[in-house]
Amino acid sequence: SCPLSSRCCGPSSAGPAMNCRAEVLEVSVEGRQVEEAMLAVLHTILLHRSTGKFHYKKEGTYSIGTVGTQDVDCDFIDFAYVRVSSEELDRALRKAVGEFKDALRSSGSDGMGQISLEFYQKKKSRWPFSDECIPWELWTIKVNVVNLANEQERQICREKVGEKLCEKIINIVEVMNRHEYLPKMPTQSEVDNVFDTSLKDVQPYLYKISYQITDSLGTSVTTTMRRLIKDTLAL
Amino acid sequence: AMDTDLSSQDRKDLDKFIKFFALKTVQVIVQARLGEKICTRSSSSPTGSDWFNLAIKDIPEVTHEAKKALAGQLPAVGRSMCVEISLKTSEGDSMELEIWCLEMNEKCDKEIKVSYTVYNRLSLLLKSLLAITRVTPAYRLSRKQGHEYVILYRIYFGEVQLSGLGEGFQTVRVGTVGTPVGTITLSCAYRINLAFMSTRQFERTPPIMGIIIDHFVDRPYPSSSPMHPCNYRAGEDNGAVYPSVEDSQEVCTTSFSTSPPSQCVFTVTKTHFQTPPPVVTDTLKVPVMGLAFSHQLSSSRLSYQPAALGVGSADMGCPVLFAGGLNAAHPHQLIGPGKEGGVPPVPNQPAHGTQADQERMCTPLDGVHYSAATPSSSEDTETVSNSSEGKCGSPHDLLETIFIRKVGAFVNKPINQVTMANLDIPFAMFAPKNVELEDNDPMVNPPESPETESPLHGSLHSEGSSGSSTGNTHDDFVMIDFKPAFSKDDILPMDLGTFYREFQNPPQLSSLSIDIGAQSMAEDLDSLPEKLAVHEKNVKEFDAFVETLQ
Repeated sequence: SCPLSSRCCGPSSAGPAMNCRAEVLEVSVEGRQVEEAMLAVLHTILLHRSTGKFHYKKEGTYSIGTVGTQDVDCDFIDFAYVRVSSEELDRALRKAVGEFKDALRSSGSDGMGQISLEFYQKKKSRWPFSDECIPWELWTIKVNVVNLANEQERQICREKVGEKLCEKIINIVEVMNRHEYLPKMPTQSEVDNVFDTSLKDVQPYLYKISYQITDSLGTSVTTTMRRLIKDTLAL
Repeated sequence: AMDTDLSSQDRKDLDKFIKFFALKTVQVIVQARLGEKICTRSSSSPTGSDWFNLAIKDIPEVTHEAKKALAGQLPAVGRSMCVEISLKTSEGDSMELEIWCLEMNEKCDKEIKVSYTVYNRLSLLLKSLLAITRVTPAYRLSRKQGHEYVILYRIYFGEVQLSGLGEGFQTVRVGTVGTPVGTITLSCAYRINLAFMSTRQFERTPPIMGIIIDHFVDRPYPSSSPMHPCNYRAGEDNGAVYPSVEDSQEVCTTSFSTSPPSQCVFTVTKTHFQTPPPVVTDTLKVPVMGLAFSHQLSSSRLSYQPAALGVGSADMGCPVLFAGGLNAAHPHQLIGPGKEGGVPPVPNQPAHGTQADQERMCTPLDGVHYSAATPSSSEDTETVSNSSEGKCGSPHDLLETIFIRKVGAFVNKPINQVTMANLDIPFAMFAPKNVELEDNDPMVNPPESPETESPLHGSLHSEGSSGSSTGNTHDDFVMIDFKPAFSKDDILPMDLGTFYREFQNPPQLSSLSIDIGAQSMAEDLDSLPEKLAVHEKNVKEFDAFVETLQ
């Protein structure tokens, strides 16, 4: 199930759990826009799903660090977005998106795929059972790669995709604003079951990124590659 | 009554949260319309001054305007706080682009925990605001301001006025947060005609009369509050220095608890400290595009005195600056809190002991108890440095002078001056004077080559794009796009675009500084005979040279 180290938790619960909300976004982009479009969406989601670092103190109180933000301009899209100021997080997302883009390109299919960002909680199990990962929010971004014939089309595409991404950001913010289920704030011993505490400057909720390349019928062409880009078990 | 269920402590906290939420909302909106990329730093250690656990800088002028508009009140039913964003062309025509509304409705959520849930949701709402401010049409317009137009803001409090947005305006909701006294709603109504108008039309084209001419009408409502450029102060005559000095600054220190007996300890401490005076160094410039803009419009070119600080200067509230801002000495380095001298001691998280006796239990939520502490008595954290105040007396005066003069030039001067200033002709400073104030005389104030980058520039703008001051160059190949070909964001703070801009905009030659400018004409005239004599002496050399070119 999990190709990465044994430190990760066991397979996710089969399918979304009862209280795992799922959101789907779709974008059509040119090949060279894939990375920026994905980063814009993923960063916007993680902006809302990251807090400052927790510092636990005596008597069980904790304080929260500060999250900085920065503007990012896209090169191939008339678009700008805000991301959390964390180079580690940015690197992690870029790595995932880069792999997705490469997989899209080399799949030889019509250029369709999807990338998923799943937020989960860990539920510790007794030995010998491994911990369970219980997703509570799943974002799926469906990508359709188009090929354009000339520069004029590309220019229009820059603007159109920019406008589309604006809509996606508004959609994401709408979902965030519903104030639906969020894991409750953990005690110090539980914090690694809820948050990714491995970054030095911010603290996102535990998340996983995976992707799939599909053919035009929507079925998996290549072996479904589920890559756990981020897995956490603070040791 | 609505309030009986809410403890007085909760009520106080809630009011404080709403007040600071309103102020931060204004900051986010105005900063998003400055025309530059914003960048603040994450800090794993709480500084105690970053409200809602977000690094959002406080521009003093903007806070001042917001407080003025609010006049001590809070958003309530029928009393909304509105930030109006509009565009003003170089001809003086203006058009409303957006109205951001912070409103309160009657729908109360009595069950919600003020000190914890409301606070965190307000934080989330600010993040949403950061995201949404980049996706309305005005964002892209504001990024390209400086040549033909500037973006202005106006804050008012009361009833929302949307009629200036034209027909068919659209609304986007940023979010809502329920509280025991009402639901806070943040939304934006924006003009859509602009969406069809390519921003290209605003780049170096002839006046745009005739395209949106029907919107250039007199404002139906006389402005109850003045318009302000997002990125430079609109020279009010109040002469007051914008409060770089505040008698007391509310500091928010948050501390949460989940351990049994689970208590949420939320403290808001009131501390007296003054933000330090603007750091006066040689390399400090006014990091605002508005000055660069008027710099282009008016033939009055001010050289940027070291003390000419304005928006984004060091006096932005030290804790905020040093928590998420720019090191005055190193433009590309963001520093963390407390790393540089001059940081007024920000009160630390109050010792929990002091609150222990002030905690109280609230209704359990999810099995976790939350309580709030009364503000600890840290009013004694007096970090006022009165001595430093005297130092900056004169720089502030100079600041005042410069700003007022600039605005006058921008607003009142006829267009022929624009033409004059835009011409990049050699020896422009020797061209015939216009009949105008000495202030605008290029002889007295020689044309300024684009100023060097302010190390504090980036305190408001991104570390990479500071110094762009787009619009301040009168060369023809201004970077329209911040991304030059083949460059990409990399780990280094300086990217190719910054490199280009820096090398296109070399610092002002000291010989052209304002000190010398006043005498330059006379001196130049005096030295002409000498120069002529030298040339005459070498005439044979010159002739020989010309021969080689034949």
